[in-house]
Amino acid sequence: MISRSPTISIPWLLAGPGALFFAGLVLLPLALTLILSFHAYDHSTGIQNTFTLSHYIAVVTDDYYLEIFWRTLRIAALTTLLCAVIGVPEAYILSRMKDPWRSVFLLVIIGPLLVSVVVRTFGWSMLLGSQGLVNQALQLFGFPSVRILYTETAIVIALVHVMLPFMVIPVWTALQKLDPMVEAAAWTLGASHFTALRRVVMPQVTLGMLSGSLIVFGLSASAFAVPALLGGRRLKMAATLVYDEYLQELNWPLGATIAIIVLVANLCIMLAYNRMVEARARRTLG
Amino acid sequence: MAFLTLERVSKEFGTFTAVRDVDLTIEKGEFVSLLGPSGCGKTTTLQMIAGLLEPTHGRISLDGRDITREKPNRRGLGVVFQSYALFPHMTVAQNVAFGLEMRRVPQAERTERVREALSLVQLSSFADRYPRQLSGGQRQRVAIARALVIAPPVLLLDEPLSNLDAKLREEMQFELRRIQRKVGTTTIMVTHDQAEALSISDRVVVMENGKMTQVDAPYRLYEQPSNAFISSFVGKTNLLSGTWRGNGAQIGNVVLEASAPDIAPGAPITLSIRPEKILLRDAGSGRLDGRVLSRFFLGSQWLFTVETPVGTMTVSIPNQGNEPPTEGSPVSLDWSPANLRIMAGTATAA
Repeated sequence: MISRSPTISIPWLLAGPGALFFAGLVLLPLALTLILSFHAYDHSTGIQNTFTLSHYIAVVTDDYYLEIFWRTLRIAALTTLLCAVIGVPEAYILSRMKDPWRSVFLLVIIGPLLVSVVVRTFGWSMLLGSQGLVNQALQLFGFPSVRILYTETAIVIALVHVMLPFMVIPVWTALQKLDPMVEAAAWTLGASHFTALRRVVMPQVTLGMLSGSLIVFGLSASAFAVPALLGGRRLKMAATLVYDEYLQELNWPLGATIAIIVLVANLCIMLAYNRMVEARARRTLG
Repeated sequence: MAFLTLERVSKEFGTFTAVRDVDLTIEKGEFVSLLGPSGCGKTTTLQMIAGLLEPTHGRISLDGRDITREKPNRRGLGVVFQSYALFPHMTVAQNVAFGLEMRRVPQAERTERVREALSLVQLSSFADRYPRQLSGGQRQRVAIARALVIAPPVLLLDEPLSNLDAKLREEMQFELRRIQRKVGTTTIMVTHDQAEALSISDRVVVMENGKMTQVDAPYRLYEQPSNAFISSFVGKTNLLSGTWRGNGAQIGNVVLEASAPDIAPGAPITLSIRPEKILLRDAGSGRLDGRVLSRFFLGSQWLFTVETPVGTMTVSIPNQGNEPPTEGSPVSLDWSPANLRIMAGTATAA
């Protein structure tokens, strides 16, 4: 007989450190945040030890918060859409490149991730500012200068810049698994290059695009540094709102409430999206 | 009237010449195989015909029309890829219909032609399955149906049977031939399997290092290979190097009676004799005495290796139901001198 006790304990031992780490750094803080969100708060005496739902009610009934949530959703969705529109063709071109160009361009795509978020974002604020390079160029050609910095446009531009690798890489991986002859087969059957891409290549990278979109959406919806630096003080997104509640208003329970609502909303949107697209893709790709 | 013509077609990749000066004419309705070891340029040739690669030099014409620079989607040839290259996200019927859709065939006619194509490859009941739900042989037949449904002037098959197991491969050989006969489509098949090429083609083109070395009907290719490489690549053979003596071939100290009208006495030659052309006789009664080194039972036949003064010879004899000589026993080899084939030059094994 084979002794069973060591074989049972091995998976636990292997998974143990990771599980402990996860519990201590993710689950515990989340639980504390959840508990905190139910505490009452008073401006003169601080956090009270009484249970209340008032923060949740305040947030979902106040247009100020709802507008910020709506803006967050809009910016994250737009960023995801733009990343897909730019990233998928980019991944396709990348997959058709030969070394050494492929390595060079892969580095170019990952580039934004290698630069510190503060430096990168300040770079954008210099480019997009009222006397930035973009406006100087516009004036040079006789156009009136436009206000980009401290608008949603600036946030979307900077987010798309840094999120692109998260779209390109999953799509590129999906493309690499593709039999290159499948595209050739479409050509021999009379499809033009464009039709072959649309009818044959694209449907097969849906899953890569799905995982890319989920990453991009999740990260964009919870982005902090980019909206904080390019959105200015007035144009807030969910993450900057939470920051302000904690550090400006010192209303920790309310900050915790917003954080939990954002988390739940994000989770719901991503799960629903995943369900919808994956169900379709799985049915055909297996 | 030649249907498909390749004139001095070459393909270079940088400094490497994959295909060199291929001249080939194919008649309408013919089934031609491109046969050769891997890297001989046969797939490159097929891809140039399909339009997936552009020849560096030369001209390809189809039915009198120059198609050398034409894009693959304008040529309208049917191609079956080695990997089948089915569209995984489409059903069998959608895969087959794709080419018709690209040709804007009306819906009703499209459905009818897909149905016909699927019944031709005996897959009518699988129309709504996805490729991943099919076996290798079924996928292969979908690929054939997809290529044939567009009624292409030429059907190109790239190693169509190499991903199938032995039994299925044999079945599909017959199947391919049956379909080709029925539809009458001019067909070019690339293969590295000589048995496959011999069994289903009208003509076989042997390629070696990017060059065409012999174009012949299967039977003639087998019986009269033009060089030692072909004789050992197409079927099994015994190759012996020696010198031509006018009325026979001298191998070591033995002279074997043969005829070779074009070869000057004293020239180096290679002698080839097929294992099945040799007869086993009692010791002392044949042309060449030897001793059985080993024997293998293959069911329908016995395969012997026999040690002789000219070297080790392979002999195969049909299984007649009685026990043949055992290992170590003396035997004698006999043959008809007409079955000895003499080729100029020294042998290079395949």
